[in-house]
Amino acid sequence: MYSSVILAGLGSYTQSVIEALEYIANHWGVFLTLLQTHMTIVLVGVGAAIVVAVPLGIVVTRHDKLGWMVMNMGAIAQTLPPLAVIAISFSFLGLGRNPVILALFFYALLPILKNTVAGLRSVDDSKVEAGRGMGMTQFERLTRIELPLAMPVIFAGIRTSTVMSVGVAYLGAFIGAGGFGNWVVLGQQQLDTHITMAGAIPGAALVIVLDQLFKRLQGVVTPATSTTKENTEISAA
Amino acid sequence: MPSAIAVIEWMIDNQALLIEQAIQHMNVALTALVFGIILWGATGVLIYRYDRFSDPALGVFGVLLTIPSLAMLSMLIPLVGIGIPAAVSALVLYSALPIARNVYVGLESVDESKIEVGRGLGMTDRQILLKVRLPQAMSVIMAGIRQAAVLLVAITTITAFFGAPGLGQSIFRGISLGSTKQILGGAIAISAIAIMVDASLYGVQRFLPGSEVNNA
Repeated sequence: MYSSVILAGLGSYTQSVIEALEYIANHWGVFLTLLQTHMTIVLVGVGAAIVVAVPLGIVVTRHDKLGWMVMNMGAIAQTLPPLAVIAISFSFLGLGRNPVILALFFYALLPILKNTVAGLRSVDDSKVEAGRGMGMTQFERLTRIELPLAMPVIFAGIRTSTVMSVGVAYLGAFIGAGGFGNWVVLGQQQLDTHITMAGAIPGAALVIVLDQLFKRLQGVVTPATSTTKENTEISAA
Repeated sequence: MPSAIAVIEWMIDNQALLIEQAIQHMNVALTALVFGIILWGATGVLIYRYDRFSDPALGVFGVLLTIPSLAMLSMLIPLVGIGIPAAVSALVLYSALPIARNVYVGLESVDESKIEVGRGLGMTDRQILLKVRLPQAMSVIMAGIRQAAVLLVAITTITAFFGAPGLGQSIFRGISLGSTKQILGGAIAISAIAIMVDASLYGVQRFLPGSEVNNA
């Protein structure tokens, strides 16, 4: 008896998913524009966050007091809900994409900064000393030993930020920035669930695809030393 | 940008509204948290017992957490509609990873020698789980619950768009009226709730078994 209720529920849910996909297919041009806007907001925001957070993280690991200050300020900033951050930046940048990009930049900054600091701190001192012994300058040690070894951790931070940003970019629709949020808002205004679902499904699919893509790429940026180590361990076993 | 004084004045003038919305906000977030603790706490114990399900389950919870909140709420409409039930169901889904993962990791990381002591005292498996493992894992579990609580308080803001009550309504009203004072007032109240809930859960943690204070 219960199973028939569940099956009926599943059936009607599949029906609404199909109708949402039909809506996307019928409005393909609009869909592409929304996708483009959504991705532009995410890429510009996260790109800017990487450019600022990685050098900042390097500076922070070299000054203990500064590091403590930056991390604490970042932790407080993170308790602000993203909608509020967007609403605040909207109040002095006005309507459009720019306030969303700014809010997204602030939001993406902390995970990358945190992971850059954690990654650089986790590098084994003996490896840096080995570089010093080979006559490397401080800059060479940073770019050829510390950064490559910290790369998997930094990359994990970029992954978190990017995935989170897709969600934050949705909220841009409330201040006229475009993106998939537009259809969610439109569907709510017209009391049409299919339009709302048509805005929701691509975003959910996008984060899952991006997350898996980054997971694969993480293996690529991991320095060869650790993989060869694993290989020898396997062959030894 | 309005001055800090203007924002504080707005908050004092509208304190009745803010307090009402704050109570509704906590009502939604904490209801979801209670459901989340019961559901995902049990799930955490189960995937600890049946370890082969732990990787797939935590993987799925991880994916759930990445889904944009606006998309999650939209996709729940055909199932639960809008309003408080929809808000609570979405929030319960978001609390899965922090709670289930920390219960699992907490139980897993208990020192084996302490289990052996329990066994030596003639405890049954159930007693070891309830009297040794759970108290020992409590600090890790509470860390997960606090993480979930802060997350839920922030996401509850967005549920206002789908008709759930709370401080999100102040922020949406502020956006549509172009009133920065109202946006900032709402945002400050939400951050205050997040910090307060986190601090009170930390207070609760001190009275639970396994905390440093209790052992001393």
